[in-house]
Amino acid sequence: MRRIQRDPDVDRVIAVDAVAPAHQLGDADFVRVDIRQPAIARVLAAHAVDTVVHLDVSGKALGAGGRTTVKETNVIGTMQLLGVCQKSPTVRRLVVKSSTSVYGSAPRDPAVFTETTPPKSLPSGGFAKDAVEVEGYVRGFARRRPDVAVCVLRFANILGPDADSPLADYLALPVLPTVFGYDPRLQFVHEDDVIDVLRIASYEPRRGTLNSGTFNIAGDGVLLLSQCARRLGRPTMPVLLPAVTWVGQALRTVGMTDFSPEQIRLLTHGRVVSTVQMRETLGFHPGFTTSETFAAFARSLGPGLLPPATVGRAVDRLAAMPFAGGTGEDPVITGAGDTQPTPGVR
Amino acid sequence: MADAKVIPFDDDRSRSGGAQRSARRRAAAGPAVGTAALSALPGQQDAVQAQEVVQGGGEPVEGAQAQEGARRGSWDRRIASGLAFLRRRVTGEYEVDEFGYDKELTDQVLMSVLRPMYEKYFRVEVKGIENIPSDGGALIVANHSGTLPLDGLMLQVAVHDTHPADRHLRLLAADLVFVMPVVNELARKAGHTLACAEDAERLLRQGEVVGVMPEGFKGIGKPFGDRYKLQRFGRGGFVSTALRAGVPIVPCSIVGAEEIYPMIGNAKTLARVLGIPYFPITPTFPWLGPLGAVPLPTKWTIQFGEPISTDGYPVEAAEDPMLMFNLTDQVREQIQHTLYKLLVQRRSVFF
Repeated sequence: MRRIQRDPDVDRVIAVDAVAPAHQLGDADFVRVDIRQPAIARVLAAHAVDTVVHLDVSGKALGAGGRTTVKETNVIGTMQLLGVCQKSPTVRRLVVKSSTSVYGSAPRDPAVFTETTPPKSLPSGGFAKDAVEVEGYVRGFARRRPDVAVCVLRFANILGPDADSPLADYLALPVLPTVFGYDPRLQFVHEDDVIDVLRIASYEPRRGTLNSGTFNIAGDGVLLLSQCARRLGRPTMPVLLPAVTWVGQALRTVGMTDFSPEQIRLLTHGRVVSTVQMRETLGFHPGFTTSETFAAFARSLGPGLLPPATVGRAVDRLAAMPFAGGTGEDPVITGAGDTQPTPGVR
Repeated sequence: MADAKVIPFDDDRSRSGGAQRSARRRAAAGPAVGTAALSALPGQQDAVQAQEVVQGGGEPVEGAQAQEGARRGSWDRRIASGLAFLRRRVTGEYEVDEFGYDKELTDQVLMSVLRPMYEKYFRVEVKGIENIPSDGGALIVANHSGTLPLDGLMLQVAVHDTHPADRHLRLLAADLVFVMPVVNELARKAGHTLACAEDAERLLRQGEVVGVMPEGFKGIGKPFGDRYKLQRFGRGGFVSTALRAGVPIVPCSIVGAEEIYPMIGNAKTLARVLGIPYFPITPTFPWLGPLGAVPLPTKWTIQFGEPISTDGYPVEAAEDPMLMFNLTDQVREQIQHTLYKLLVQRRSVFF
């Protein structure tokens, strides 16, 4: 539950969270309720809520509780909320934030997932499993309340200046451990796009679009993990896959990270989703591509050990060497000029 | 068939690829163009020879300095573009598509690595490249052989290097490729993707040339005695994919790949332990260790056949199993037929 509440076009916005918000919510009312408790029903009834936006499916271990609390919030919270919605006669629209991790990632999967692709390997645990279960309950709810428009948004990895997710934590490491011999394809979606698409989903659909159903939300384009590391200027450290699994398990046991197996699978095989439905049916066009999102994230993170600019300069110095007459300026121009597609050198 | 039309491209090839060869054999002159066996149009061959003579004769007459200058210039340019390439690589400023295909890396590095093998080692001769359309999608269906899938890689180089419209072949690879580390990374970057209907259809709809070898492991891992006998073509899924995408099917026959690793045995137990579909035993492998994994330097011919159009069928045709079987058989027959024809024409396995 972050920033959607800022949109002012509605009569009343009620924010619900278990912890008090860190920033001003403007006109929105804040009700401090844990969605795992039945008290949420009173909130819905008291304000005759017509649109419920469920964002509390989180991949991050909050505070001390660790995985168990997160799972509890994700799954039990969703069940509770859906139960309340089912009883509430005023609810017309339900938006649920899910994740593309419901597809899992396996080498035998097709390269691009569409909304209808059945996953080859169901996520075995962690956040992805929560998301799968949440989606299952939401489907059940949609069946029981056909009059409620249900929209499930499967977000790719959310990044941006304020990103707060396991993947963002991973990318913030000074040296990125990668799985040896694999270069996963990743897709990102910008935080601002997340808010925009949530707004589209929670209003009446615009002409010619439909905002109930399941949609993949991701920025255009694909980045490889190696590309990400180079753009961040962080060196990578390839580790053999079995070792990665053991180390991940060890760190999890100690409680240092919440780096789940499904996260490792993502960083091994990668995942790319099709966003055709998002464009054509939902009518949403993200403002940031995958690489723009990543650039914004990289800016917020600050330069790594090997900033791309420095490495680029090093290459330019190398370029200056063979040409005796090269002034300091020259090679930079050559390098910059040749960044345009050069004719194939064969 | 299209043999007569093929000749110009062949001449082109052997002129650019076999420049050294022709230089070496200049005394013997003759048509160093390796396709003398085929009935070439005399006029064209003369023209080619004349061109070569002009090139050869022109060299000493022209000022050596100009030549030298041009060479320096080209070297400088090559170094500059090489460094620009390196710069883009180290800073991560390059594009990959949603399948992970890294066009730049493929063109500049992977192709350069494979090209010596293609030109010098297997001396691949390509026929009928014009059967691949210059734009729009097409599905190339080829036979599969050789224990290791070198034929796919050579096919990719063949399309990349000889097609006038600079098309890039996107191969569909077995899932085993994507399970193995390193291999899967390189395969994705070279534009290969998993052989499944979703990926194939997506690529074809994007107007890519997709290569598939429907025999799969049955073809590549068959014993030497069964060489050039096409195995069953999967379940014919490639036909329905091509029908759904409305792209032509281009049958392709590859001769020469069968003999690179003559598989005389298959250690099935070992293969099962290792989790691979077969464990080849050849006269040299595994006896000679890594040295035994060097393929035999056979002479290859890749022939693209007449495309089989699929756009005349109604939409529901892709669901018609009878039509699928018929089309699959048609493609299979055509490849098998061309294989036999090429085998008859072949002078020897190695030349």
